[in-house]
Amino acid sequence: MPLWLELVIRIGGVLAAFLILPLLVGQAEHKVMAHMQGRLGPMYAGGFHGWAQLIADGVKFVQKEDLTPRAADRPVFRLAPAVALVPYLLALLVIPLGPNDLVGQPLDIGLFFVLAVVGVGVLAVLMSAWASANKYSLLGGVRGAAQLLGYELPLVLAAASVAMAAGTLSLSGIVEAWQPWWLIWQAPAMVVFFLAGLAEIRRPPFDMPVADSELVFGYLTEYSGLRFAFLLLAEYVGIVVIAALTTVLFLGGWQGPFADAQLGWLWTLLKVAAVSFVIIWLRVSYPRLREDQLQRLCWLVLVPAALAQLVLTAAVRLAL
Amino acid sequence: MTGVDALLLALGALAVGSAVLVVTTRHLVRAGLYLVVCLGAVAGMYLVLTAELVAWVQVLIYVGAVVVLLLFAVMLTRAPVGASDDLDRPGWPAALIGGGVGLGLAALLVDAYRWTTVELPEAGSAERIGAQVFGSWVLPFEVLSVLLLSALVGAIVLSRPDIGSAGADRSAGDGPATEDRERSR
Repeated sequence: MPLWLELVIRIGGVLAAFLILPLLVGQAEHKVMAHMQGRLGPMYAGGFHGWAQLIADGVKFVQKEDLTPRAADRPVFRLAPAVALVPYLLALLVIPLGPNDLVGQPLDIGLFFVLAVVGVGVLAVLMSAWASANKYSLLGGVRGAAQLLGYELPLVLAAASVAMAAGTLSLSGIVEAWQPWWLIWQAPAMVVFFLAGLAEIRRPPFDMPVADSELVFGYLTEYSGLRFAFLLLAEYVGIVVIAALTTVLFLGGWQGPFADAQLGWLWTLLKVAAVSFVIIWLRVSYPRLREDQLQRLCWLVLVPAALAQLVLTAAVRLAL
Repeated sequence: MTGVDALLLALGALAVGSAVLVVTTRHLVRAGLYLVVCLGAVAGMYLVLTAELVAWVQVLIYVGAVVVLLLFAVMLTRAPVGASDDLDRPGWPAALIGGGVGLGLAALLVDAYRWTTVELPEAGSAERIGAQVFGSWVLPFEVLSVLLLSALVGAIVLSRPDIGSAGADRSAGDGPATEDRERSR
């Protein structure tokens, strides 16, 4: 296969995942929330099981006027949704779907790359919060930045634990080194990573930055139309990325009950779907954490737990 | 001139241009955002020079944490959304020092290397850097870690009036403020 063809196929595949998976997660969220909370609205549009609700939402967003407040810092305000989306697109590039380089771009330091680019997302929060020239937006942005910076620490520490266990920073290498008993050995790191990941994408119960009952919609307050849709899309791509990372790092990625070589992609997708389901489930079942509880959880529970896991990982690695 | 050279020059121009904007813009927050562009361009130059790990460390630490802390601190002040016209910036001494150091370093490097070409070492993979850091450079590495640890402890002591001088200012606060903890990273 010529190089350019391979490149086109790889980039096309990543783009397709970037465009399709978040919509699937969004559709799943409508349905799961509707069932769990007895919501009638999402079950109505289009007849059977409300299948057209997501499409209706999309049409609504496109029709809405794209407002920019007069007092806003226009270029920064308009750029923020793009800055929110691009890091997740880049992260999807290196997450392996299956064995034998079934990945957008195999990278030796894939794990490090993912953590670095996902960390850039906090800039979008600060940009949108500041440029809106709205005090609710600013409060939401400051909360968001404090949360993202704080939770990046346990996220990176938990990921470091599994990288240490596998002895590589390559995401494919970590999946290859993964064995079922790691589910127990790396369990604390998995919980820490998952919770910190939830906080990184500001999903409930960590949605204090966009708490609608006190901050209108936090740093998203002034957005409307397509830009708002892009910021929402960033949240759903974030779910996919965090679910995929949890899968690849802690759940064995493409390793399944049988036929790993042929059906690896299916096992990965199934695991990503299951983790995404848990993320949606947490949204409908947990109340929002208060700001002080949120910081307390990060610094007094997750960071020490991640550090203890690092010690445990190192001890087991040395003993084996 | 190869494609790599052109890319390197373009990134360098981007870095210098955005750095000039950082110090000349009247918008405080935009200055921080230009700094992001500048540091990102430097990361891009590392990438072109095949120092992959260093490039992503640059993104993770400088773009993802240091500039964000800077913006965070600016947003806690009364900085306006628009331009601030009352900025107090002595331009000439800064231009003199900045330009002088830049030109001096450039002249020094040009004079030192002339047209000698240097073979790039093999790609700066994580493995190679790890072996170097924990092999021949382990002493500086450990000294740096002690420095960072003492900075961390110092930040905690400064931000908590209830420890340190015993009993004094016990009512000043019931715990460290969030941003102080952030800074202690």
